[in-house]
Amino acid sequence: MSILSFLDKPASYIGKRVPRPGAKRLLAGGGRYVDDLRPPRLVHLAFVRSPYAHARLVSFDAGAASRAPGVIRIITAKDIEGLYTPWVGVLTHFKGLKSPPQHPLALERATWQGEPVVAIAAESRALAEDAAALVRIEWQELPSVTDMEESLAPETKPIHPALGDNLAFTRSIDAGEVDAAFAGADTVVVEEEYSFARHTGVCPEPRAILADYDPAGQSLTVHYSNQAPHMMKEIFAKHFGLAENAVRVLCPDVGGSYGIKIHVYPDDMTAVAASILLGRPVKFIADRLESFVSDIHAREHRVKARLALSKTGEILALDMDDLTGIGPYSTYPRTSAVEGNQVVNLTGSWYRHRNYRARLRVAFQNKPPTTQYRAVGHPIACAVTEAIVDRAAAELGLDPADIRRINLIPDDAYPWTTASGLKFEKLSHQAALETLLKLMDYDGLRREQAELRNRGIHRGIGLASFVELTNPGPAFYGVGGAPISAQDGATIRLDPGGSVTCAFSVTEQGQGTEAMAAQIAASALGLPIEKVRIVTGDTERTPYGGGTWASRGAGIGGEAVLQAAHALKQNILELAGIMLQTPAAQLDLAEGWVTDLAGARRIGLDEVGRAAYFRGDTLPPGTQPEMSATRHYMPKLYPFAFTNGVQGSYLELDAETGFVRLLKHWVVEDCGRVINPMLVDEQIRGGVVQGIGGALFEECIYDEAGQLLNGNLADYLVPMAAEMPDIEVAHIETLTQDSALGAKGAGEAGTAGAPAAVMNAVNDALKPFQVRISTQPMTPQRILRALGKV
Amino acid sequence: MSDDRIFIRLIVNGESVAREIPARLNLVDFLRDELGLTGTRWSCEHGVCGACTVLINGELARGCLVFAVQLEGCHVETIEGLSRSGVLADLQAVFQRRNAVQCGFCSAGMLLSADALLRENHAPSRAEIREHLSGNYCRCTGYHAIVDAVAEVAAARAVKVKAT
Repeated sequence: MSILSFLDKPASYIGKRVPRPGAKRLLAGGGRYVDDLRPPRLVHLAFVRSPYAHARLVSFDAGAASRAPGVIRIITAKDIEGLYTPWVGVLTHFKGLKSPPQHPLALERATWQGEPVVAIAAESRALAEDAAALVRIEWQELPSVTDMEESLAPETKPIHPALGDNLAFTRSIDAGEVDAAFAGADTVVVEEEYSFARHTGVCPEPRAILADYDPAGQSLTVHYSNQAPHMMKEIFAKHFGLAENAVRVLCPDVGGSYGIKIHVYPDDMTAVAASILLGRPVKFIADRLESFVSDIHAREHRVKARLALSKTGEILALDMDDLTGIGPYSTYPRTSAVEGNQVVNLTGSWYRHRNYRARLRVAFQNKPPTTQYRAVGHPIACAVTEAIVDRAAAELGLDPADIRRINLIPDDAYPWTTASGLKFEKLSHQAALETLLKLMDYDGLRREQAELRNRGIHRGIGLASFVELTNPGPAFYGVGGAPISAQDGATIRLDPGGSVTCAFSVTEQGQGTEAMAAQIAASALGLPIEKVRIVTGDTERTPYGGGTWASRGAGIGGEAVLQAAHALKQNILELAGIMLQTPAAQLDLAEGWVTDLAGARRIGLDEVGRAAYFRGDTLPPGTQPEMSATRHYMPKLYPFAFTNGVQGSYLELDAETGFVRLLKHWVVEDCGRVINPMLVDEQIRGGVVQGIGGALFEECIYDEAGQLLNGNLADYLVPMAAEMPDIEVAHIETLTQDSALGAKGAGEAGTAGAPAAVMNAVNDALKPFQVRISTQPMTPQRILRALGKV
Repeated sequence: MSDDRIFIRLIVNGESVAREIPARLNLVDFLRDELGLTGTRWSCEHGVCGACTVLINGELARGCLVFAVQLEGCHVETIEGLSRSGVLADLQAVFQRRNAVQCGFCSAGMLLSADALLRENHAPSRAEIREHLSGNYCRCTGYHAIVDAVAEVAAARAVKVKAT
């Protein structure tokens, strides 16, 4: 009997569009986010932030501020000295990565506009802000470095003199015979330079923390809008000198995170320090304006790429150079080297070529730190690869679909190791491409496009294949010394009335973690899903685990739930076997009952629960019911479970205004077993729109002095409903053999491929004008510039 | 400035409320801090994102752009009141079934805006739904499921109207 037999039972919830039970509460306004919590003696925090990108703190006068109404304490770097140890954003497996120690509040120098300098603790946020306006700081402005090239120029003074220069990290890959491939007599070479602006997460719920230090118990409780409570518990314990189990981190409802809420932020650390200093609960909720200069930013890359092909369109070699800017610090504890590292690892990796050269340089700048944000590096790797492949197709007179048919790794060629060394267990690029072309009626769209072009209407069709790194093992972060767990755990308990409670280490940010876990537990235990309760987001009440990041919740956490459910089922059947005087192997669970193997009901789970908990006296001597089971799971066979997919974009470009109207978007995606197609589709769609934001709208615009020019939601454009297209999603299911469930991740695929598909569609629309655009976001202004109209 | 306190009376979710409040107190802070109605959310605080959407005398309003003291004698309705009264029940049920909600932070504003649309336009096209909801920022869903949900409720309400 296969271990997965429960999947095929009619009552299984696997593969079904099960609505999220928790969504009802959210839709009724009953969500509990950090700002909704109001403990007694609460103190609110506001910050004075550096107005300059780079400046020395000369003098400081908080006299008037400290006398302002409602002020409890003005907190400077000096006030919290000794309460914490600084943190350094490096990992040992990134050889040569360097970053200076970072502090909650700037010491004698600020290195980006928005860096927190002074904290005001007051009775309300409004009063704290009033007092913040009264703090007088004399600054000596220093030369700032904002441009990446300038940052690495030999004459540029290092932002951190102790580090010697502004090169935080560099890495090169040189596989195969790149020069020989480019030098071939019949080789066709195309090259292009790409730019990707900075953008940021704009979580609907801004970053939020409520730190409550109990001086008597020397314990710290933190309610935190965060993705990784166990990691933050380790970090708070370590950097505030607290006992590991004196720290509890709870994540109530989280109003969006997308990678923003997984990094150590100086203002959050200040909130913890303030709570220790004051012995009172301290709340800090970033407002929208300060979020723009204090949340992490993402991307900011300049990539030069060259592609060598045979005359028949086979890719022979790819050579690329990525320069990325990360602000003044590598973030802690994940580091800011991972984004660029992913770019060089992933670029071109879904094609067959064996010759690959890449160079990565990561530069310090006087702008907010950039680091991991949804799809880390993938949108860059994908856009560069897919754009240059399209450019080559145009050069060779090939259809974009055909150049991909020629070069995608064949579906029967796995396992495959890429030129950059990535190991792919089994992917389905060819099947995905053919499915997509059919789904979007590619040939029909091409005909429509040709016909409309004759009438002066410029439509573009863009394709983008991609891979997504999911289910990372310990080689991703743990090996480098970070307290980042690659495993997750679940404890499932049978309650006396026959329902179960599952404490689960993966967190819920709205993606549907709890529904996914409930579906697995209910299916494996033969329970109606209403009988399953999932508990998440509390370091004291859930098993230890990594949380939400890198598309790992279902693939890693889901497997832990499955294994825990199997273990509990075995325990239940053994006890039921004793009660029924029947061998456990002849019993099964279905619809809340213990049944025989044919499905006939024997006793209810409530009866088993009652016997286990209340009527042990009825059981034979020596029987010890074990009605809870815990299992943990960590991927073993592969360092990562790669997924794959392909996206299609159809749009119309107005050559007079430069405006792009998105008409339709399609995604075919292979994340292995789909536990809940509705939730996976919604992850894909949300991801696509986040990717479209970066491709068309979102940009943190900085001037040369390092001042953010559009740090508000009126000037920083995010995708809204009217500009977004309908998005059709289809799936191929290639299971991973690394787990019984066979699920891989799906959270970032949409964001990985959308910018590339849209960029290729824009360039396809521009084809009659014989111009291309290679800068994101592709704003109307940039499109008109490409057209030579401005 | 922050010391000026003003006495106001208004109706919130059908209940009469009287408070002496600072003149500068924003409606969202008033609802959240004075009345404990935390379903109305702070997000952009400058009138763009729609997370703070409420009804004032039956009209959609951005709570973040209104001072509480402007509302003497007004009727204010929030997600809590509109959930309890059942006004939004059909939208809430379909939003849940179609997963037109992820983190939930924008949902109150989305539901109120969608309901306002459907009161004015009984058969909105997908483009009209998208246009109308463009004052409500959602970072999670990509909007497609929200548009599906609103279209489904519009159709269901139309059938109901026909039947009665």
